[in-house]
Amino acid sequence: MLRILGKVQRIGIITERLSPWDDPALSQVGDRLKAAVGERFRGSLAIRQVDAGSCNGCELEIQALNNPYYGIERFGVHFVASPRHADMLLVTGPVSRHMEEALRRVHAATPDPKLVIAIGDCGANGGEFGVSYACAGPVSKVVPVDAVITGCPPTPLDLMRGILEAIGARKDCRSFVQV
Amino acid sequence: MKRFAWLDAFLGRLVAEDVMVREQPAVPALAPARTISVDADHWGKLGQAAKNWGCRWVACWGEDRGEHFQVHTCFEKDRGYLLARTDVRRLTPILPSHAPYFAAADRAERHLQDLFGIVFGDHPDPRRWIRHQAWKDSEYPLRKDFPLAGHPQPQTPADNDYKFLFAQGSGVYEIPVGPVHASIIEPGHFRFQAVGETVLHLEERLGYVHKGTEKLAEGRDAAGLARLAARVSGDSTVTHGWAACMAMEKAAGLEVPTRALVLRAIMAERERIANHLGDIGAICNDVSFSFAFYQFSRLRELWQRINLEIFGHRLLMDRVIPGGVTVDLVPEAIAAQRAQIRAVRPQLDRLMDIINTSPTVEDRLIGTGKLSHEVAAEFGALGYVGRASGVDLDVRRDSPYAPYDILTVSVPILHGGDVAARVRVRADEIRNSFVLIETLFDKLMPGPTCAPWVPPAPDSHGLGLIEGWRGETLAFVRFADDGRIARYYPRDPSLINWPLLEHLIQENIVPDFPVCNKSVNGSYSGNDL
Ligand code: SF4
Repeated sequence: MLRILGKVQRIGIITERLSPWDDPALSQVGDRLKAAVGERFRGSLAIRQVDAGSCNGCELEIQALNNPYYGIERFGVHFVASPRHADMLLVTGPVSRHMEEALRRVHAATPDPKLVIAIGDCGANGGEFGVSYACAGPVSKVVPVDAVITGCPPTPLDLMRGILEAIGARKDCRSFVQV
Repeated sequence: MKRFAWLDAFLGRLVAEDVMVREQPAVPALAPARTISVDADHWGKLGQAAKNWGCRWVACWGEDRGEHFQVHTCFEKDRGYLLARTDVRRLTPILPSHAPYFAAADRAERHLQDLFGIVFGDHPDPRRWIRHQAWKDSEYPLRKDFPLAGHPQPQTPADNDYKFLFAQGSGVYEIPVGPVHASIIEPGHFRFQAVGETVLHLEERLGYVHKGTEKLAEGRDAAGLARLAARVSGDSTVTHGWAACMAMEKAAGLEVPTRALVLRAIMAERERIANHLGDIGAICNDVSFSFAFYQFSRLRELWQRINLEIFGHRLLMDRVIPGGVTVDLVPEAIAAQRAQIRAVRPQLDRLMDIINTSPTVEDRLIGTGKLSHEVAAEFGALGYVGRASGVDLDVRRDSPYAPYDILTVSVPILHGGDVAARVRVRADEIRNSFVLIETLFDKLMPGPTCAPWVPPAPDSHGLGLIEGWRGETLAFVRFADDGRIARYYPRDPSLINWPLLEHLIQENIVPDFPVCNKSVNGSYSGNDL
């Protein structure tokens, strides 16, 4: 136990104010995200991630949002296990036809109002896979999409910025807060 | 032992058993494999003999060659790869199965059944596998007369009528899980039969992320195939990219500059380290040891940032291209990587020390998800899954491709077969990869990083064999007369390792399924193609 505490103390807090090494505009992304989540979701935005056919590259970067550098939970954003608990769906992949119905059902199970973001070039426009006998293509072909975050895969910072923009762009986000 | 010392005796045995078999002239593009052709009627006997001879089943795939389908099966024994092929008539595509002898062949043959319409008469389990409801059972997407667009319905329905094994008895109940899972991972369905907390039986149902990758490859140019291969499984982008490029380069007879090969190997080892770091942390997270999860995800993030800074992509996607690589290393970039290795090495040791001596972690990992050596060897378990159960395979050492032919690759072998052993093997592999990368820096001589692509001869084909972070990864490529891709088949190690999860979970408790699954970490995308 002492060794664990020792290590914890030595590493200290590494969670970054975002982010001097990338895009100076992003240094405020986190704060703005927190403010938006606070205002529009009462401080808690629940996301359900759905892989609808991805190559798994996008999943790796979404997972990274939970590492201590990005620590997305500090902005009130957390990933939930059931669509029934979610305010937002992050959907990756060209939608494979074998995942089509599962995606529709996840979408139906998510309570309204909800936000859907299509992740990655595949989610946005079909990417390298496009439309075929096996792929239905972009997420928007299967469920209504509010925003896209492109990239192959999008970086964790792209994802945070995209989530923020999606919250900001939806006019009716106020209705997420029940008064 | 000399490679292929067994082959002559094996062929002699086949002839003695009246199997119509002919050894084909050696083709450098298929090295390190040697090729035989066998009569379709005798295909089953070949499988039986290969089993009796102690061969390992590696892969099988098909090609639409017009009048007939050509089926290829790859075996391995004593570091020698044997490619057997046979022709099946298009009008009566019936072939004896190898699944009665090799459990690993089961799903691969069902993949062929669903996509080519080849009937494996004596297959022990002829249920469909890759096909759900996206195309009809009378349609075969990998036949050349099937259009890429297919004939989809406006909405593809759910796949409801798959016949799962069903257990009966007092207190037995069923748990269906997926395809959408609780965490940020890929989709697939797991059907548990359980009593109390104990798993009696697990059946996997995959194919949800079938994206028609093999069909999509057809008609692409070489660069286009490399881009697609890089997305067979995003976590193995260097591995599959390299395997596909190796197959294409061998088919085209293209000499890849040494510097490019060394750079590919550096990236492949970086990919191995990134995935192992992430997974060790995730395994600890699955047993609620979040300290290790945060520490390892911290190391993985730093590792990926160096990928971005130096190679231009956090996962190293599209850095491997036909003929070479798109990146080069300046001395400062090498120094930065050396410094990172020096910094991470002691941290890894210290963290592994903490994991290995934490009673709570030990309690959950030791003895959990035990895969016996017998089952692992029977299936030909690959990568760390095999190595943790005493299966001593590594293409980098056993059939070394440049630049591994001038390196010493040490392969950690353990015998525990449990989650703890798989974690330890992966930590050892990280350490070994550190050494390999440092050695590779020393081998980096000045020179070009890419050779111009040369159009391959009509109908030329090639084989790529790479040791990815999950294990032995194979790619087969054939070019059409116009220099475009006629056929691409990637065999991800997950195809072999997925069924092992069904074995190692038995008698474990249901709540340990996530940690067992993570300790194997099969790729759904790489399996489903
Ligand atoms: S966008 Fe790129 S990383 Fe994401 S699923 Fe598609 S191919 Fe994979």
